[in-house]
Amino acid sequence: MAVMNIREAINATLHSEMERDSDIILLGEDVVGGAGTAGGQESIGGIWGTSGGLFAKFGPDRVLDTPISESAIIGAAAGAALAGKRPVAELMFADFIGVSLDQLWNQMGKFRYMFGGKTKCPAVVRMIYGAGMNAAAQHSQSVYSLMTAMPGLKIVLPTTPADAKGLLTEALRGDDPVMFFEHKALYGVKGEVPDGEHRQRFGEARMVREGGDVTIVTCGRMVNFSEKACDKLAGDGIGVDLIDLRTTSPLDEEAILDSVEMTGRLVVVDESPPRCSLASDIAATVAAKAFTSLKAPPIMVTAPHTPVPFARELERAWLPSPQKIEDAVRQVLGFR
Amino acid sequence: MDGQSNPREAKGNGMEPTDLIGAYRRMQTIRMFEERLHDEIKTGEIPGFTHLYCGQEAAAVGVCDHLSVDDYIVSTHRGHGHCIAKGCDVKAMMKEIYGRADGLCKGRGGSMHIADLSVGMLGANGIVGAGAPQAVGAAIAAKLNGKGRIGLAFSGDGACNQGTTFEALNLAVVLKVPAVFVFENNHYSEHTGVAYAVGTSGDIASRAEAFGMKAWRANGSDYFDTYKVMGELLDYVRAGNGPAAIELDTERFYGHFEGDPQRYRGPGELDRIRTERDALVSFRTRVVEAQILGSTELDSVDSEVAQLIEEAVAEARAAPPPDPASVTDDVYVEY
Ligand SMILES: Cc1ncc(C[n+]2csc(CCOP(=O)(O)OP(=O)(O)O)c2C)c(N)n1
Ligand SMILES: [Mg+2]
Repeated sequence: MAVMNIREAINATLHSEMERDSDIILLGEDVVGGAGTAGGQESIGGIWGTSGGLFAKFGPDRVLDTPISESAIIGAAAGAALAGKRPVAELMFADFIGVSLDQLWNQMGKFRYMFGGKTKCPAVVRMIYGAGMNAAAQHSQSVYSLMTAMPGLKIVLPTTPADAKGLLTEALRGDDPVMFFEHKALYGVKGEVPDGEHRQRFGEARMVREGGDVTIVTCGRMVNFSEKACDKLAGDGIGVDLIDLRTTSPLDEEAILDSVEMTGRLVVVDESPPRCSLASDIAATVAAKAFTSLKAPPIMVTAPHTPVPFARELERAWLPSPQKIEDAVRQVLGFR
Repeated sequence: MDGQSNPREAKGNGMEPTDLIGAYRRMQTIRMFEERLHDEIKTGEIPGFTHLYCGQEAAAVGVCDHLSVDDYIVSTHRGHGHCIAKGCDVKAMMKEIYGRADGLCKGRGGSMHIADLSVGMLGANGIVGAGAPQAVGAAIAAKLNGKGRIGLAFSGDGACNQGTTFEALNLAVVLKVPAVFVFENNHYSEHTGVAYAVGTSGDIASRAEAFGMKAWRANGSDYFDTYKVMGELLDYVRAGNGPAAIELDTERFYGHFEGDPQRYRGPGELDRIRTERDALVSFRTRVVEAQILGSTELDSVDSEVAQLIEEAVAEARAAPPPDPASVTDDVYVEY
C-alpha cells in the first residue's frame, strides 16, 4: 500500500487506466495548459493538479485542452462515448453544470433509455465541488443532490484516496455515465491506497464507524465533519454508526436501513440546501421503509435554502459544522 | 506606436483637460486599487478568489468614459476595473472584497460578484460567458426606455468561446437592439493562449462580423485609441443601427489568479508588456508632451488616489463582519 492524497490518487489512476485502455481520452479546460502560448504546453496539468503528466505520456490525440465551452465539452464527451470511446471530461467547477446541463441531463443520462437499451454512454464527468474556500455563490456548490435526481446518471463522491482510486477505476470500467465529484477541500486528504487493481463497486456504502446509538448518513466532505462530531460524542460514551454513502445513485439503502433498524435514530448530513435534497431523500426513504424502527424523527443537518455566501463569517454559518452535527445527534438521542 | 491616436484628436471628441484628468484619475484608481490588493492578498486577510485588472485600465476607462449611469454594463470575473470605471464607490468595493457587512453587496458576493445598479453596473460574474446575453436584455430594456441608452457586455477572449456569447451576438443582431460587445483580448484564458482557443487565428472582431454586426478594433492598452474608436462605435449604435462589437487588444500584468505560476508566458514577456504597454505611462507621457496637462497636476492625482486607496483598505480592515444570522437574508424579495 502506498500513502498518497486524493489528488495524487486521481492522477495515478488516470495514468494507469489510460495506459491500460487506449479508448480513454481526457478533455477539459487547461487540463494541459499553455496551448497557443510562448511558454509552451503542459504549463499546469489542470488547475487542481489532477491531470499532470498525462499529456506528455499520451499526447494531443488523447489529452485535449478545450476552449471555455462547457456545453461543447460535455456534448463532445457524450458523442465520443456513443461512438465507442471512454471520455473523461473535466468541469473545473461543478457549478458549471449550469452551462452544460442539457448535455448531461437530457443527453448522456437519457440515451440508453430513449434508444431502447441499444446504446451505452461510458462517459465520466469529473467535477470539482463544495464550499469552504470563500469562492462564493457560483464556485462553491454541492450539486450532487440535483444530479442524484436525474435518472441515467451515476453519482460518485470519494472521500478517501483509496476510494478515489477504487471508484474512478470502477467508473472507467463501467458502461454508464458517471458524475465523479471531487471536493476541493478534500484533495489534500491522505491515506493508504491499495496497489495494483482496485475497484470499488457502486452502491456499496462505507461503514466509517460502528457505534450503535445513532445512525449518521452522509457523503463527501461531511463525512470528515461527522467524524469530528463522532470523536466528541465518543468522549461522552455516545456511539455512532457513521455511513459514507460513496455513491448517491445507486444508493445503498440496505446499509442505511440495517443501521437504522438497530439504532432507531437518524441524522442525515448534507452539504447542499435542504429542499429536494439528498438529506430529504434519505429521511423520506427511512421514514417510509423503517418507520416502525424509528424512535425519533430523523434530523437533517444541511446548508440553508440559500446560495453560498462569500464572507468567512457567512460561509461558516451556511455550512453544516461538526458542532451542528454533534448537536443534532444529542437532539435525536434526547427525543422521548 | 501602432493603434495610438493623438490626444488632441481624442479631445476633438468633446474631451476637455478636466476630462483627461478624470480619465487619468480613474485609470490610476484601478491601478492602485489592484496593486494594493495584490499586496494585501498575501496577508491572507482577503477571502476567496481575486482576479486583478492591472494592465487593462485603458480598456475599462476608455469605454466607460462614454457612458452615463443610465447605460448598462455587465462585467466579468475580472471586474474591479469595470466597476471603478462605471462609478462604483471604491471604499464600498474594498469592503466587499474584504467580506464586510457594509460592503457594496453586504459581503455576500465578494470580488467576483460586485454590482451597483445605481450606476448602471449590473454585476461582475463568476460564470465565464454569462454576461453577453444579459447585455442583450439590458439593450432591449434600453431600447424600450427610448432614451438612446445601451446595454454593454465586457467579455474576455476566453468568454468569446462560450455558446452563450455566440447566441447573444446573434440575438442582438436579430433584434437589432443597442447592445455593445466589448471583447478584451488579453491573449489568455487562464493558462491557454488565444491563438489556440479562438479558432479564427485569435481574431475576435472578425468573428463578431460573421454574426452580422459591425466590429471595430482598438488598442486596449491605450486610452486615447480606445476612447476614440469607442466614440465612433457608440455614435453608430446610439443612432439606432443595432448592435456592434469591439476587440480591444490589451495585457494582464498579473497572473490569472493570485499565485498563478504563469509558466505559459514567454521569456521576458512580463517585462516587455509592462514597459511597452503600460496605459498609465503612455497616457502621462503623451499628455505632458502635448502640453495638455502638467506633471505636477498628474502627480497630485497620484497622491490623492494613493490616499483614497490607503483609506479604503484601512476602513475595510476595521469594518465589522456580517452578522452570521443574516446568512439567509436577501434570497427573495418576498417569501
Ligand atoms: C463557465 C465557466 N467556465 C470556466 C470558468 C473558469 N474560468 C474563470 S476565468 C477563466 C478564463 C477566462 O478567460 P477570459 O474570458 O479571456 O478572461 P480573462 O481571465 O482573461 O480576463 C476561466 C476558464 C468559469 N469561471 N466559468
Ligand atoms: Mg483573456
